[in-house]
Amino acid sequence: MVNYSSPAVHISGLRVRRGSNVVIDGLDLELPRGGVTGLLGPSGSGKTTLMRAIVGVQVIEAGSVKVLGEEAGSAGLRHRVGYVTQLSSVYDDLTVRQNLRYFARVLGAPAADVDRVIDETDLAGQADALAGSLSGGQLSRASLAAALLGSPELLVLDEPTVGLDPVLRVDLWGLFRRLSEAGVTLLVSSHVMDEATRCDRLLLMRDGAVLADDSPTGLMAATGTTDAESAFLALIRHGARS
Amino acid sequence: MTPRRTLATAGRVLTQIRHDPRTVVLLLVVPSLLIGLVAWLFDDTPVFQQIGPAMLALFPFIIMFLVTSIATLRERRSGTLERLLSLPLSKLDFILGYALAFGLLAVLQATIAATFAVAVCGLEIEGSLGLLLAVAVSDAVLGTTLGLLASAFARTEFQVVQFMPAIVFPQVLLGGVLIRRDEMPPVLEAISDWLPLSHAIDALNAVATGSEDDGYVVGQLLILAAFAAGAIVLGSITLRRRTQ
Repeated sequence: MVNYSSPAVHISGLRVRRGSNVVIDGLDLELPRGGVTGLLGPSGSGKTTLMRAIVGVQVIEAGSVKVLGEEAGSAGLRHRVGYVTQLSSVYDDLTVRQNLRYFARVLGAPAADVDRVIDETDLAGQADALAGSLSGGQLSRASLAAALLGSPELLVLDEPTVGLDPVLRVDLWGLFRRLSEAGVTLLVSSHVMDEATRCDRLLLMRDGAVLADDSPTGLMAATGTTDAESAFLALIRHGARS
Repeated sequence: MTPRRTLATAGRVLTQIRHDPRTVVLLLVVPSLLIGLVAWLFDDTPVFQQIGPAMLALFPFIIMFLVTSIATLRERRSGTLERLLSLPLSKLDFILGYALAFGLLAVLQATIAATFAVAVCGLEIEGSLGLLLAVAVSDAVLGTTLGLLASAFARTEFQVVQFMPAIVFPQVLLGGVLIRRDEMPPVLEAISDWLPLSHAIDALNAVATGSEDDGYVVGQLLILAAFAAGAIVLGSITLRRRTQ
């Protein structure tokens, strides 16, 4: 029974401590279903921690994180949420296809899914190469392919385009768009500000807080800027004044 | 836990090893070579007949401990473990998958080593060869499960390698290879009673000399199984879906 009325993500009062540092302190956030949401911010701003909390692999100190109407990380969500970390998270000593076949079996996804995600990530030429022999870009696509298995409703992608050449980055954003049109909700983090305009919605993060939550055009209009980088600066300066 | 996911995990581990033929050869051949070396070293003395059975227990245990602890540490560090634990894979699927895959390798390794020790080195086995193999294999499975447990407490490859002398060597020293267990200082003998490897060596000696009945060997096997089960339970507690 899928409850479509619940938002993709609902966070209230989230507090995360890592060691003696409070990384996120009292964060509230709601992500509606559908669309591509960009999570932007400098490294160390808490993007990965927030994503880990949403996937349910982060120990949280306080607050509640609800995903697709269920408690984040609950057993029922493990089929429904795909997660790509910044680590490649595939086995170097298996081929791309062997990696995907194993993850598909764990998920209980149909065998045909393996070929589908290989096509979607444009890895047909590398399907039988050992993951350890792939380039950085191919490796991150292999990791993405594994997250697409079983057609999850929510995809959480931590810097999927880092280190990719511009052509591949455009291809990947094309894939994100197609997935979103098929009804998948995507949360994509990046520290490349020019990727912001490809998103339906932007979350700007700094020091563990969400500075802005708006559409790209709305954000630039509100700050009187023409690109995300300037909008980000304007927000920080505004925050410093108030 | 589902058999499908456990088997998929075991199959995946075996496929990984298949891509590494050098490891397979080392795994299967090195124990026999070392047993041959010991037999040669103690040629014309009764020593090999005394310690040969224990060597069949040591190699599967040590090698499987090392291989598993490093393999699991790699899973933790490469992010694959985090991915698996965010998927519908139970912790037991993960651990049993490893135990199954390495247990299978252990069967091969122990069969080759035992055959070599008996046929080439002339080790005399009074009891049943089947029981001898069963002890060697459960010993390897024990090494696998202890390796899984140890890897939870290591953050780097350097640390995990140090667990070998820390966890394995005391068991070798107190296991009755260097000196019979009933000739040890009483405190050490009492400690050795609580170390799993002692029971494996006792069992192999019993099979080799035919000094005890099969019931005794099966009892020792059950003790080994209990240690392995304990390590599996503790190991699955150390696998956390949520981390800092």
